[in-house]
Amino acid sequence: MSDPVGYLKVAPGSQPPLNSPGYGSTHKRHPKQAPIRIAPTLTESLAPRMLERDYPSFADMSVHEGRQAQGERIIVGGRVLDENGRPVPHCMVEIWQACSTGRYHHPLDTHDAPMDPNFKGEGRVFTDAEGNYQFVSIKPGAYPWRNHRNAWRPNHIHYSLFGQGFAQRLVTQMYFPGDPLLALDPVFNATPDVAARNRLICTLDMDIGKEEWALGYRFDFVLRGRDATPMENPQ
Amino acid sequence: MSKPSDDRSAAGRGELNRPAQLVATAAQTIGPYWALIEHPEWADLLRADGPNAGYAGGERITLTGQLTDGDGATCPDAVVELWQADPNGEYEAGFHGYGRSRCDAEGRFHFTTVKPGAVKGRGNATQAPHVTLSIFARGLMNHVSTRLYFSGEALNETDPVLAQVPEARRGTLIARPAGSGVWNLDIRLQGEGETVFLEV
Ligand SMILES: [Fe+3]
Repeated sequence: MSDPVGYLKVAPGSQPPLNSPGYGSTHKRHPKQAPIRIAPTLTESLAPRMLERDYPSFADMSVHEGRQAQGERIIVGGRVLDENGRPVPHCMVEIWQACSTGRYHHPLDTHDAPMDPNFKGEGRVFTDAEGNYQFVSIKPGAYPWRNHRNAWRPNHIHYSLFGQGFAQRLVTQMYFPGDPLLALDPVFNATPDVAARNRLICTLDMDIGKEEWALGYRFDFVLRGRDATPMENPQ
Repeated sequence: MSKPSDDRSAAGRGELNRPAQLVATAAQTIGPYWALIEHPEWADLLRADGPNAGYAGGERITLTGQLTDGDGATCPDAVVELWQADPNGEYEAGFHGYGRSRCDAEGRFHFTTVKPGAVKGRGNATQAPHVTLSIFARGLMNHVSTRLYFSGEALNETDPVLAQVPEARRGTLIARPAGSGVWNLDIRLQGEGETVFLEV
């Protein structure tokens, strides 16, 4: 059996540095030593198989125990591809977010905004054979945090994706077009490359939305690709 | 010991295999509210109603450790993911090797699982039994990954990944026995005794 192929190098500026001083919590939590780069072995080449049988999907976050959540109903959909342009099928996508008032359904969230009892804020979907995913939710509200003076997070949805290789694991956030808070947000702005940063903003898509029911937004994910050029054995 | 492969591909060799517009999506911190997607039972890979229900092979173990930051303060809001081979050193061949554990009030994670076997390495190499741990937290813009090895394993001496780690820091990857079937590996994100993190 031949050695696993490597992953494509991370494109310069496309990822936020672990040391991002504008985001205060990175100060004591970023490693100061560079990571050691290793050639992928089976461990890094393979990935856990997240099957819907074991991790059931729930694709409609706008309803909780039969009751409608408050706020602007949205449908979010798109594709999961890898950097080689191949769709990532059967990819587990975890979703979490604040309710329409900007409050998380979580005891640690003490923001003084009404909590929507009908919005729990957790979703889970899987891509189909072509890498497409879709879910229904409520547009999340902005919320304050204590990072700097009068700091507010822009509207955002959190995602966690499991790919087909260990290095494809992705946890990220999706933002909404035209949000004036984006220019002020140190988490969003930590990614140096402007194009890479702007790809975290979804686009309004009237084909995804449903007439007289919900606005639609498109958001595509790209996971790390494989390098067809075999990597030298570092030994 | 080898040099990192970065330099060889600095000319962008890898870019040729990727359509120009397709660059991996930027990571963003998992933040403090990831607990909305928490399922505490996932920390027990042998849970009765889980994908490994009824799995009888191997030696049952507990993996634990404390996560601390650059001040030595614990990280109670972090989450650790585990990825491992089965006792035969194979991945996802009858044993689902994924777990997730939140850190508790003391910053400790706890996994219940089976001890992995030696895993085939690159070329003719054999890798010592190991578990991969990925750490996600508020203040981590992207997750960081490391490996947990078991002290006393003869294969640790020849493990090709451990061999790439400077000897003085190798101990940050080696779990110690902490009771019957219990292994402990503390993870330090920053500062003295900083854990060695690995990337591919
Ligand atoms: Fe958030």
